[in-house]
Amino acid sequence: MRNWLSDSVIACVVAAGLVLAATHTAAQAPTYRAPRTADGKPNLNGIWQALNTADWDLQGHAAAKGPAPLLGAVFAVPPGLSVVEGDEIPYLPAAAAKKKQNQANWTTLDPEVKCYLPGVPRATYLPYPFQIVQSPQNILISYEYAGAVRVVNMGAPTKAPGDSWMGWSNGRWEGETLVIDVTSQLDNTWFDRAGNFHSDALHVVERYTPRSADTLNYEATIEDPKVFSRPWKISMPLYRRVEKNARLLEYKCVEFADEVLYGALRKKSSN
Amino acid sequence: MGRRLLVSLAALVAVVVMALLTQTPAAGQTQASAAKASPAAKASTPPRTADGKPDLQGIWTNNTLTPFERPKSLGAKEFYTDQELADLTKRIIEARPGERVEGAELGAANPQEVRYDLELYGFDRTKLRYTSKRTSLVVGPEGVVPPMLPQARQRNADRVAKNKGHEFDGPENRPLSERCIMMGQEAIPMVPGANEGNLLQIVQGPGYVTLLHEIDHSTRVIPTDGRPHVPQNIRLWQGDSVGHWEGNTLVVDTTNFTNLTAFRGSSENLHLVERFTRAADDTLIYEFTVEDPTTWAKPWTAEVPWTKTTGPVYEYACHEGNTMIATILRGARVAEEEAAKKGK
Repeated sequence: MRNWLSDSVIACVVAAGLVLAATHTAAQAPTYRAPRTADGKPNLNGIWQALNTADWDLQGHAAAKGPAPLLGAVFAVPPGLSVVEGDEIPYLPAAAAKKKQNQANWTTLDPEVKCYLPGVPRATYLPYPFQIVQSPQNILISYEYAGAVRVVNMGAPTKAPGDSWMGWSNGRWEGETLVIDVTSQLDNTWFDRAGNFHSDALHVVERYTPRSADTLNYEATIEDPKVFSRPWKISMPLYRRVEKNARLLEYKCVEFADEVLYGALRKKSSN
Repeated sequence: MGRRLLVSLAALVAVVVMALLTQTPAAGQTQASAAKASPAAKASTPPRTADGKPDLQGIWTNNTLTPFERPKSLGAKEFYTDQELADLTKRIIEARPGERVEGAELGAANPQEVRYDLELYGFDRTKLRYTSKRTSLVVGPEGVVPPMLPQARQRNADRVAKNKGHEFDGPENRPLSERCIMMGQEAIPMVPGANEGNLLQIVQGPGYVTLLHEIDHSTRVIPTDGRPHVPQNIRLWQGDSVGHWEGNTLVVDTTNFTNLTAFRGSSENLHLVERFTRAADDTLIYEFTVEDPTTWAKPWTAEVPWTKTTGPVYEYACHEGNTMIATILRGARVAEEEAAKKGK
């Protein structure tokens, strides 16, 4: 018991040292310290949502007429400032041309119109909430849009069994920040409704950092040598849905895409 | 300062002692349970999560040879003996293509169903097994789903009749599973189907249990913090699930279903209670009771053992890869055109 106690004392001293070290670091770069989970990690559990127009266009844009003129002001493009660092997306020349083409035809080409899984990082700033459920081994992120989901492996990094729409996520903690490395995404997803796109060589590193009790800083570094001349970064705050009884509801949008996907194949005389 | 250090030291010692006390028996229990071959629904001390809740986490499969309903020939026999189970398993594994073995639910591995090279899909018939001694997943002396009420029969017949002659008119006339809106096995309650797609992953966070079904990446985020159901007017394909802990068991109550996702002919009045209990390190007992007074005269219950398995859970992007609906509708339009040409 005496040895035990002295061990504890050592533990205490070591712990105190760590706290001091942490405080020291904090003094250099003042950061918010989030509440902890039972296993001592920053607690990111909750329902979060972006509050911006990044899904319309990652880059700065003025308001514009929407694609459905009959809906008037309801579905016009809202204006917004850029979430891209430096506001420049460094497309290679051929890719820049494709982006323009995508934008010109976005209602027929955008996977969001078809209710397809959104990929990362788009899932984060779609105009729907998502929920983080945190365990020591895995962090499950459930997105309201299309019932998209990913399970972030927090253990030793593993390799994707194959390419997928939501990619393969390996996570780790860097101090206050949850860092998620996302690879093996298919080339079918886009970044926004403005036709910004990527190839199957996409590599995304996301950083979720608590900045107050109800806000997170979200950053994503995007690398894709087939499409971009250099890595580039987006960043934005995410807001906690603080409503009492806030819940993700079901948004199974498949049936809402029926007309777009199959309307032309309907029996003419019926309905 | 000295006194405060002592107090916190004492607190720390207390925490460490508590942690040791709670950990040691739990680890011992896990091994003992794993050694026991047959799971019992009531394990005394299952592993705990960091915040002290029973730990149901992991990747599970509900694949089993046990049929959903009891074969008629077994009468009121609820359980097999060990010998009977061993004999039956052997007969299934050795069955010739086309041979039918009563009492077993082979799913995609049924010799009659074989259209593919099963090994290509990772199926190994020699690994098929019964996951409990029960003769059927439906419990009780009957071992079958109670007969449907006449009004329910009528309701379901009416729905089929309404679509008759319009099956190929548009996407709305096609089955939900074909449209990737609700695949058979993502439906709630969760019953085993064919071998493929029986993976279920549970991840627990404070106040929530999430259940990811590999089929159609169907995810249930179930609050366990005592909040009520969403209002009755919000109807959901998957219903609205809220849960709470009863000892070692997670109890999940689901209502607010639509009238479009009938479970064995049920209506939007379906009320489902599911109970998840970790019986051993590698076994979770999933029990559910369905109640729908507009469909069955009485509630009925089934018990499905889940077995721990390794992943990975793949992404099942059904809608994204759905070329079937377009092909079916296009086929119908071409057939109509050709019929019209002939008629001229």
